[in-house]
Amino acid sequence: MKITLNNREEVFEKDEMTVIELLEYKKFTFKIITVKVNGTFIKKDMYEKTIIKEGDNVAAIHLITGG
Amino acid sequence: MLMYQEKLKNITVGIAGCGGLGSNCAVALARIGIGKLIIADFDIIVESNLNRQYFFYDQIGLKKAHALKENILRINPKVLIEAHDVRLTSENIPTIFKECQIIVEAFDLAEMKQMIIETVLTEMPDKYIVAGLGLAGWGHNNLIKTEQFDNLFICGDLISEVSPEMPPLAPKVGIVSNMQANQVFDIIMNNIK
Repeated sequence: MKITLNNREEVFEKDEMTVIELLEYKKFTFKIITVKVNGTFIKKDMYEKTIIKEGDNVAAIHLITGG
Repeated sequence: MLMYQEKLKNITVGIAGCGGLGSNCAVALARIGIGKLIIADFDIIVESNLNRQYFFYDQIGLKKAHALKENILRINPKVLIEAHDVRLTSENIPTIFKECQIIVEAFDLAEMKQMIIETVLTEMPDKYIVAGLGLAGWGHNNLIKTEQFDNLFICGDLISEVSPEMPPLAPKVGIVSNMQANQVFDIIMNNIK
């Protein structure tokens, strides 16, 4: 599948992935992360149930300290 | 009055945190003539803040929210300012920033950044939020950018985390906070009717 991840196109072998599978595959295993799929905020307890498929627009934002 | 000034006059921007990002971003918005700022911070000014925050040596010990209001009014007394000396939470953010069209995320800690972004995305989805992310250290001008995710904008290099060896300092924090102000300006001119 081809998806948009953090505003860039990426191709994956699988046709579908859960949010948790995507984060693990991309090694986005940061402690503090905010995820949106097609504009909708995804709560942490929904990472295993939310399916990402062809054409989806995913944001996985790693929040870091500093201000 | 120029067209952009007319438009700015009717806008209220929330500044969540009055540290390095918030104090500098608020001052930039005040200088261009924003209508109203709602600023919030619970902290007091300490000497180490002065390497990047828009405060003065003789303000050490004062509450940041009140001192920033004073500094902004010295620059532009026409800006309306509501200063809240309060610790922002997911419970009070929707009330404090209710009348804002745009909220500037200007916290220090990653946990707080996550809290306000998620609060705005879920509780206040009609508003824009402009966050600052990745501003530690120095140099790397060309890595500093803005990413948009619908109503969420993120300014910074997105990767440099603050540490004892890589503190937040005036040049880079100044760039990122002014990028936030510039993004707010752009949203006002292009996204808000």
